[in-house]
Amino acid sequence: MDFGPYLMLAMLEGAVLAAVLALMASGLSLVFGVMRVVNVAHGEFYMLGAVVAWAVTTLLGAGPVLNFVAALIVAPLVVGAMAAAADMVILKRLNYDPERTIVATIGLLYILQQLTLMTYGADARPVVAPFNERIALPWVEWGDKGLSFYFPWGLSTTSYKLFVIAAAVVLIAALKLFMAKTRAGLIMRATQGDREMATAFGVPVERVYALVFGGGAALAALAGVLIVPIQQAHYLMGGDALLLSFIVVIIGGLGSLSGTIVAAILIGLSDGIISVFFTPTLAKMIATLAVALVLVFRPQGLFGGTSR
Amino acid sequence: MSRRDLTLHLGLVAVLFLLHFILPAYHHGVLARIMVMAVYAIGYNIAFGYTGLLSLGHAMFFGAGLYGMGLAGLHYGVPAFPAFLIGTACGAALAFVVGLLALRTEGVSFMIVTLMFSQVAYLALLYFGAFTHGDDGFVVPDASRTLMGLSLSDEGTRYLVAWVLFSGALLGSLWLIRQPFGRVLIALRENEERARLLGYDTKRRKLAALVISGAVSAASGAAYAALFGYVGATFAGVQYSIFALLWVLLGGAGTVLGPFVGTLFMFYLIDLATGLTDAYMLIAGVALVGLTLFAPQGIVGELRRRFWKDLP
Amino acid sequence: MTETSKKTPAGTVRGPSRRQALKTLAVGGTAAATLPLWARYAGAQTGEPIRIGFAKHATGIGASYGRWYDRVSQAAVKKINAEGGVNGRPLELVTEDDGTDPKRCAELMEKFANQSKCDLAFGTLFSHVVIGAAPRAAELKLPYFVVSEGHHVASGMLNRWTLQPGITDVKSQVKAMAPFVHDTLGKKVTMIFPDYAFGYDHRDNFTAAIKALGGDVVAQIAIPPTETSFTKYFPKIPRETEVIYHVMIGPGVLTFVKEMGEFFGPSRPEIFGFIDSLEAVNLSSPGLEFLEGTYFWEGMPRYLQPDAPGYVKAYRDAVGLDANGASVTDANDVSTAAHMFGCWETLHVIKAGMEACNYSGIADRQALIEAVEQMSDMPAGPDHPQGAKRFNGKTHQVFGPQYISKVEGGKLSVVHTASIEDTLYPDEVDYTKMSF
Repeated sequence: MDFGPYLMLAMLEGAVLAAVLALMASGLSLVFGVMRVVNVAHGEFYMLGAVVAWAVTTLLGAGPVLNFVAALIVAPLVVGAMAAAADMVILKRLNYDPERTIVATIGLLYILQQLTLMTYGADARPVVAPFNERIALPWVEWGDKGLSFYFPWGLSTTSYKLFVIAAAVVLIAALKLFMAKTRAGLIMRATQGDREMATAFGVPVERVYALVFGGGAALAALAGVLIVPIQQAHYLMGGDALLLSFIVVIIGGLGSLSGTIVAAILIGLSDGIISVFFTPTLAKMIATLAVALVLVFRPQGLFGGTSR
Repeated sequence: MSRRDLTLHLGLVAVLFLLHFILPAYHHGVLARIMVMAVYAIGYNIAFGYTGLLSLGHAMFFGAGLYGMGLAGLHYGVPAFPAFLIGTACGAALAFVVGLLALRTEGVSFMIVTLMFSQVAYLALLYFGAFTHGDDGFVVPDASRTLMGLSLSDEGTRYLVAWVLFSGALLGSLWLIRQPFGRVLIALRENEERARLLGYDTKRRKLAALVISGAVSAASGAAYAALFGYVGATFAGVQYSIFALLWVLLGGAGTVLGPFVGTLFMFYLIDLATGLTDAYMLIAGVALVGLTLFAPQGIVGELRRRFWKDLP
Repeated sequence: MTETSKKTPAGTVRGPSRRQALKTLAVGGTAAATLPLWARYAGAQTGEPIRIGFAKHATGIGASYGRWYDRVSQAAVKKINAEGGVNGRPLELVTEDDGTDPKRCAELMEKFANQSKCDLAFGTLFSHVVIGAAPRAAELKLPYFVVSEGHHVASGMLNRWTLQPGITDVKSQVKAMAPFVHDTLGKKVTMIFPDYAFGYDHRDNFTAAIKALGGDVVAQIAIPPTETSFTKYFPKIPRETEVIYHVMIGPGVLTFVKEMGEFFGPSRPEIFGFIDSLEAVNLSSPGLEFLEGTYFWEGMPRYLQPDAPGYVKAYRDAVGLDANGASVTDANDVSTAAHMFGCWETLHVIKAGMEACNYSGIADRQALIEAVEQMSDMPAGPDHPQGAKRFNGKTHQVFGPQYISKVEGGKLSVVHTASIEDTLYPDEVDYTKMSF
């Protein structure tokens, strides 16, 4: 394939990854921002989103579109409720001590993963996309007769992949609006700013925390539902997604939502583009090392201001 | 060092030696492995338990020892003991480099940076598969598994070598924390700011602690390669970093006996659980959550809190 | 008394060497004097079951395989026992989860040998697990029968106690595919494979084989095993490619095949894949329609072929496979048909080996290995439903026919069978010269 179309294809693939990553990482970022909790089990909420989507579509059996819409509603609610419960039963009692919560969420990770294995099983299972037309994409070329359009071999995407990108944009815009304009968003930001002050002003911090933890998990679950028609649900799918989200949240500056989104786009696109130039394992090595060094030499992230 | 402490730890060493003669074969083999892995946990405990460095990347140090020993034997025919030293040195060197960089961060960032360095090390093992044999791993040649004419694959030799290594690590860590250096480490864990104000070069001491921790972890890895004969990339994966954390927490972070108790307890828990359920890692998860909730000090830590106030 | 006899088998292995170790370490004669003197193993009672330690991938990345390996092994044991067992003794599987983890599997070897008193160990697919466990098996002098298809046994990497008599290795499989790909599909091949040892076996052996025939591998695309999206790799496929050769493994396989279809759209080259890319995946999954008319290697046909002999039907019934190669109780529970037959055949080889050496107990473990090493041709039949086999006692590896199937009407139909001769290659090791 020619270089131009190849790069475009890689960027398109990168954009799908970026979209899903942005959703998932904003959940992680929200939880860290408001609660100062590093949620290692976040990847499992993503996995559960995909698994619940499979369960909903299988149980409902109402045709691809209706199934998918139902999954989009049910999965975040179920997973969010589970996470809120975990917050109230476990994290609250640890008093949100940073190190102990990390250990507890590692435990939660294993519990969720293994329970999924025991119930859902070890297979990767597919969910039918609500629509999935292959769209061949044109490319322009400057030839003898000036500009000409043609359809390069292999340059294509699917309508569903475009939908994922659009859906993520809409959802994230909604999240930003929610945080900026609503009273609930204000309360969350207030709690993030100063927990004790918020308590003093009568903010029910415990309830806010449960909601934030549940909400963060719901965002991961939504990402899981969106990806499952492309990737299938598998009980080990959370691990790599978690690592990528961590990278995104760090690069974006811990706890900064806008930074997270920019970083997700950066990481997603570069993942696609790097694969054009490097062998994939080497690419992953370089990317991981680069992120670690960012954290070492610029702990506030590439886009963050001073760390709070 | 109080006589009571010394008696307790020497007592454990003696009991483990006596068990060599009376344990049935299966538990004899298991205990040899547990002692080797407990050395890894002891190494982790020096960083996490005593110095307060929560690392999620110690598998790279264990892996450095494992591969340093194994590759020296495989490619260059180095005999067991020099290869063991090479492995240990690899871990110390890696810990030095990682420490120089990672210790610029602290807390959550330190945890994530170590996790990522470890991930890079793991990927490097796969990427340089022509030399490391990638994910398949390799079997350590018999020539590098012979110590003073004794085959380390022999059950009896294996147990005694593991016992010597474990005893050294256990008593060494007891000695270390009784030194002024060890006391400064604990001061760092409790309140780094104050230690700095008292005039200690905290950064250098943390680096030294990490290098010791890395070297001990690597010694465990090198011993594993020599005693059990297999070197593979899974040992350098994230899971083995988490195992070290789990064992230390379970046994009691910041106690000398904790790492051994945690490793022992977890092994038998999983060994029994595999008989009950396929999803035996579920038990590990429940243990982690339960510990943070009900016994944040771990088994030995709880004993210390309740019965033995000055247990090291 | 019972206590002593429980401890004995390992004691026979361990006692003397411990003493030797002690001497050298200069621990002292008094300690040595306290060593218990283990009684010799008395030999099993007639009628007592022969215990087979089965290391199963129940969790971890190999879990889909483990489930079917388990079912096939249970079925084989049931059949063997119904036919009178081995020398009148029934077989009994002692199943433990190895977590698809080499360390755990090595621990299981100890458990099988010393704790659950198994006569031998059996199982596991993933190469790194086998390589991790095999040294322990040899040290414990425990016969270890693997069903892995890895080339690690025949490459000489392992030891005298490890054998692979029930499934062919990847080197012979790949070699046997080259003539068909070259003659029928095309001469310029692009290979897509996982970026780890299993993939490299495919890469190296197939490239060599196709070059020997005068064809060419125009690109080799390695994909990391943890990858979840594949489209970005496909542009690396050169335009001149006539055949794509793909083999992927792990939870991302369905995505891989689906995205390959989306990438090519209506203008695809010929596609030849190893069924590993779709083991345990339903061929009627959404997105796989484009596979129509493509070819797959199969270790054993997944779909019931019209000309299948009676013993194949009997095997499938015993395992509980429907005509589509899925479980009879759940049409979506698709089997790993191309690999799992190896468990069935291995257990039958164990039975034949035990009968040949008149196996009576743990003391005969070495005799069992020697008996299996003596085996050569094994006819197709109820014991070897995949086809006739030829065992090479020197390399501890079995050779057998390979099947190439075409997707027609959403099902796999066998179009070519590679003979045993196509799969042979020169010996790389002689295990029989190694000591026990």
